[in-house]
Amino acid sequence: MNKFFKNNVVMKTLYAAMTLLLLSLPLQATEEVLQFDNETQRRLYLELTSELRCPQCQNQNIADSNAVVAVDMRQKTYDMIMQGDNRDQVLDYMINRYGNFVHYQPPVNRYTLLLWLAPLFMLLMLLGIQLRRRRQQGAEQAAEHDELSTDTAQAATLDAELDKLIEQYRSKK
Amino acid sequence: MRKLLFYVPLVLFLALALFLLSGLFSNPMERESATTDKPLPAFNLPDLMNPALRWQPEQLKGETFLLNVWGTWCPTCNAELSYMTQLREQGVKIIGLYYVLPVDPLLGESFDLAALQADVSNKLQQRGNPYQFNILDADRSLSLDLGVSGAPETFIIDSEGIVRAHHIGDINPQVWRNKLAPLYQQWRQLDGGSS
Repeated sequence: MNKFFKNNVVMKTLYAAMTLLLLSLPLQATEEVLQFDNETQRRLYLELTSELRCPQCQNQNIADSNAVVAVDMRQKTYDMIMQGDNRDQVLDYMINRYGNFVHYQPPVNRYTLLLWLAPLFMLLMLLGIQLRRRRQQGAEQAAEHDELSTDTAQAATLDAELDKLIEQYRSKK
Repeated sequence: MRKLLFYVPLVLFLALALFLLSGLFSNPMERESATTDKPLPAFNLPDLMNPALRWQPEQLKGETFLLNVWGTWCPTCNAELSYMTQLREQGVKIIGLYYVLPVDPLLGESFDLAALQADVSNKLQQRGNPYQFNILDADRSLSLDLGVSGAPETFIIDSEGIVRAHHIGDINPQVWRNKLAPLYQQWRQLDGGSS
């Protein structure tokens, strides 16, 4: 160790400074401070801004995005909630302007039907495959069983033949 | 049957590859607009250069025109000015909707109309002026009602004041020839018939 670290005064000051760092309080800072009349409104605002999709930036909700249009949509959502509009009214407002693209829950219609039904189709397909495989396995087992029984029958006749031959041999003797 | 099954993964893979390949060449910004085939939303906004003058949807009826959403802060908008000026010289009627960026009072910013006007006339002198006039959308309320997601965007509005097309992105010779010119001509011809 060199002299510097052995120096007690320097070390003590360093320790003191580090300890002081631990005493600092977390800084309270939020970007937007919005006032709501009640908890329901606040929750609706958070829910809507996380469900609405920013039309400018790919795959960000408006709560996450700082694009100008997202800022405006957040403001509009806030204004509408404060006016007493409900969830559906805000969603309708946005969808009327930005299309279904803007909502992260696509509606069920003829364009999205396949999307909604795809998991069901997949499940049915898997079930079908599984059932077929079961049936095939069953058939194979049955066939094996048949084979086995013919084997025993054959063995019996062979035994009988062998016995006969032994008999013949003995009688010849 | 066995042999056929052998090819199933290959076929599935090829289908997936084709699907993903087509995705490589698609434009993710391209989507159906929710505001086409609807009348212009109600508005009452000042003229950018002469704020005493106010524009309402009624005043814009009578002739098919392009409504171009732009701002001098937007490089792509500045780039399309000269080509759109050529279009204006060919007789295309273009009206600007000036998209003002939000100002943050906490940062000491404030909206300065005189400075904006100077900036705009400077830019239009440099690059060419495609606009008959500009509507000032200071709080972007008309832009929000039109489903504008940023600048530049361009709408084709027919003589009845109905939005007929919504283009997201710039206007360049290719976009104009392939996408917007046919629509513009189509609606333009119709307003000759009705008047």
